[in-house]
Amino acid sequence: MSGAHHYNPDDPPVLEVEDLSVDIKVPAGTLHAVNKVSFSVRPGETLSLVGESGCGKSITSLAIMRLLPKAARLSASKIIFDGQDLAALSEKQMARLRGNRIGMIFQDPMTSLNPVYRIGDQLEEIYLRHKGGGRREARERAEYLLEKIGIINPTQRLTQFPHQLSGGLRQRMMIAMMLMCDPKLIIADEPTTALDVTVQVQILQLLRSLQEEFRMALILITHNLGVVARMADHVAVMYAGQVVEKGSSADVFRHPTHPYTRGLLECIPHPGQSATRNKLGSIPGIVPSLVGRIDGCTFRNRCNYAFGDCATAQVGLRDVEDGHSYRCLLPPETFAAGKLEKA
Amino acid sequence: MQSEEDKYPQAQQVDGKPLALDIQHLTQVFHIGKTWLNEGKPLRAVDDVSLQVRNGEVLAIVGESGCGKTTLSRLMLGLQKPESGAIYVNGQALVDVDRKAFARRVQPVFQDPYSSLNPRRTIGEIIMDPLLIHDIGTLEEQRQRVEETMAKVGLPHRMINSYPSQMSGGQRQRVAIARALVMKPEVLICDEPTSALDVSVQAQILNLLQELRNELNLTYIFISHDLSVVEYMADYVAVMYLGRFVEVGPARDVLERPKHPYTQALLGSVLTPDPELGLPDIDLGRGFPDPLNPPPGCRFHPRCPKAMAVCSQKEPEKLTVDGTEVECHLYAKEDADIPV
Amino acid sequence: MTDATQTAADAKRRDSASDFDTLAPSPRELMRRRACSHWGLIIGLSIIAIFLLVAIFAGVLAPHDPYAQTLSHRLADPVWGPKGSWNHILGTDALGRDVLSRLMYGARLSLYISFTAALIAAVIGVSLGIAGGYFGGKIDSLVVYIINVKLALPVFLVALSIAAITGGTVTVMILLLGFLTWDRYAIVTRSLTQQMRDQDFIMSSLAAGSSHMRIIFRDILPNLMNHIIVIVSLDMAVIILIEAALSFLGLGIRPPTPSWGLMISEARAMMFFKPHLIMVPGIAIFILVMAINMAGDGIRDVTAPEGRG
Repeated sequence: MSGAHHYNPDDPPVLEVEDLSVDIKVPAGTLHAVNKVSFSVRPGETLSLVGESGCGKSITSLAIMRLLPKAARLSASKIIFDGQDLAALSEKQMARLRGNRIGMIFQDPMTSLNPVYRIGDQLEEIYLRHKGGGRREARERAEYLLEKIGIINPTQRLTQFPHQLSGGLRQRMMIAMMLMCDPKLIIADEPTTALDVTVQVQILQLLRSLQEEFRMALILITHNLGVVARMADHVAVMYAGQVVEKGSSADVFRHPTHPYTRGLLECIPHPGQSATRNKLGSIPGIVPSLVGRIDGCTFRNRCNYAFGDCATAQVGLRDVEDGHSYRCLLPPETFAAGKLEKA
Repeated sequence: MQSEEDKYPQAQQVDGKPLALDIQHLTQVFHIGKTWLNEGKPLRAVDDVSLQVRNGEVLAIVGESGCGKTTLSRLMLGLQKPESGAIYVNGQALVDVDRKAFARRVQPVFQDPYSSLNPRRTIGEIIMDPLLIHDIGTLEEQRQRVEETMAKVGLPHRMINSYPSQMSGGQRQRVAIARALVMKPEVLICDEPTSALDVSVQAQILNLLQELRNELNLTYIFISHDLSVVEYMADYVAVMYLGRFVEVGPARDVLERPKHPYTQALLGSVLTPDPELGLPDIDLGRGFPDPLNPPPGCRFHPRCPKAMAVCSQKEPEKLTVDGTEVECHLYAKEDADIPV
Repeated sequence: MTDATQTAADAKRRDSASDFDTLAPSPRELMRRRACSHWGLIIGLSIIAIFLLVAIFAGVLAPHDPYAQTLSHRLADPVWGPKGSWNHILGTDALGRDVLSRLMYGARLSLYISFTAALIAAVIGVSLGIAGGYFGGKIDSLVVYIINVKLALPVFLVALSIAAITGGTVTVMILLLGFLTWDRYAIVTRSLTQQMRDQDFIMSSLAAGSSHMRIIFRDILPNLMNHIIVIVSLDMAVIILIEAALSFLGLGIRPPTPSWGLMISEARAMMFFKPHLIMVPGIAIFILVMAINMAGDGIRDVTAPEGRG
């Protein structure tokens, strides 16, 4: 299913990011939260930023939306969305894009919906703000969309308040809200983490089908490798503010190359794996502090293959094969010996 | 330890030894909207639940939010008194005893290590607290026991005076485990012990729990929604839906040959990191179950892809099929060819 | 398992969890750092410290007896006035008493009354708040009812009438103000306790067999402490103002006790001839109340972020 592309690789990208860095001023110095991250997404394509807490994946998305905290400084050689340079836009122009051409979905649908307004009012408000037109038109669009995303009694649902809905329904409402205008790009930050497993699958299916129908690009931010493998066309694995491996989902999951990616995959139990027979792999240690100057490889203190040069050398992304690259000094063959035996 | 009065002599025995944890017909009903005048609406959070775990085994309870897992764990910890039913730990009834007696035998590990440790106490104080409550040993012995336990869960001695805010999520979860273990309990109730942790840390904690189980012959009740973690840890699996166990059996049988349509749907929703497979198609209605108004008959039938006429009329009985207990009408017919 | 293999296993496990090279500074250390760079807190605390020192050492520092009347020196100008002298820096009042000395003894009285009354209010309010928030149910309904009754009372009128009936001794003032200002403690601690009650560390403590009293004193109270300190400071400021107002109306502290409110009251007749008599105690009240509020805000800023996440 994911073998068939949902996008045309020849299309111009919807979003193109090059060398995006975010520095945050903290009392102890400068925190390099995101360090020269580059990626692009095309219409209909799903790109996943995957990594553990503190890897900079959420900050990256906030940087694209220009929603960073005041203490943060954004720099990039390129953030082009649909032909516009996002970094050069005024705050007013940016506000016109947010929620209109770029939609966002967050982890907790309860906190992203305003508890004191009815669902219908919140959906209409977005439409009126960005598209103008009358309340009636907005209401019609809301009902149309709710039906589209499989909500059984839309007219009645629109008069309800967020707390009257279940978690899955709330997340559907967030998706509907995002669709009220016609976004070209969706940024979904852990959209299913707070949901039950069966609901998670339903929401992902919904996102996927809407994405195909409206040819939207999707940036999916998550720590869940299962979700990534099943949803994404391309994957960027992030660690300590850097992309340490990127490529097509098939390449990254079938031939994980960077020691961190390999470690992560060994950390999750595989079907048939049992604690009494084969232990889970683990990555010892914690993410290094990103405050101050960063030299060498950020993963070296947790890496089994680390050697002297890792502390000093400039470690850049290099190709495993075309379109699949990783950030390490060692050639891909090095890791083959320690490869996880997996059915 | 036999000093407790034997009010509940029907505790089960296996091979002449009592079960580590034996729960019989546990029921907990809340009355929602109860006021001075109004009786309120009954919510059967835990409805006639029985489970048996032998020493050193891991029983996993699987279910989605609102299914009653949390209430069941609170009952098993003695934090709430059940409406009816009995709990035995190693043959000893724990229904009428107070929290303190309970605490020596059953201890919890909670989901979120950021909220399960008091931010104002040091690690040493947190781990020592149960010993102080139960007045076990002299101060010197207590200190020694804290240090031993810290070593056991892999915490270096020099963290003894640190505060939780100075530690990572994985370290905090180790502290929570150490606090649970310091009393040398027989049963550990682990309520989603890794779902708030990063993937790499989750693996460390699961491995630690496994090692401790081997070393100390601990019995775990492992509550989780993550079936890949459950498969990794559990010997037995109980699937819970709206307060009832709909399927209970050996982990291998339940996870490889699920019988109940709900178990099948849960297993179908597991997303393994395999890019070849796309999103699974699960055939579940979206009708969100309302525990206050459970449907008549089988509670799962409004969402069940295999529902029959009888499902909305009659509650299914507990049946044993291939060593697995199932509550489903599909298996009630004599000639039912098991559709999996 | 033998001891040796046991230790080896433990050591191995420790290695697997060896993320210990980066130990963050302790909460106390962080708090100290934040406190040292918080100007509001530093200024507020310094002013309070000066008032406190003056109050404690009033007996030594005061140039005159605050009660001594020198009729020949009535209504002397302060040192900056046309006929001022260094003998009475802030001049004298209508009875020829030294204003500076009375101000110093007045500080003692104000701080003493406001602090003890705030403490009484804290004990009442925090007990009610924790009881309601922690136990919930009928106890909580009762607490909410008591709070609502209290909120419906017109504080000032009740204070006035009780002071009028009992006569304004210092003890009566303290009890009165303590019993009339506890509501803020109760409201804040009740809602904070409610939030805390469902946290897992309370559950863990219950599951470890703690009694409810133990949980309240060892788990809940320490986590409320910084909030309580902030309210004490705000409450003290309010109490100083109420005490001054009551004394001004002649229903608080009785003359000739040196109280700032009373000083203002006595100066009222002289307002247009000797404005400094009203201004000096007025400014003293203003500065002390402001300093207490600054310190309270500072304490909140410094302690609040700690302990979470």
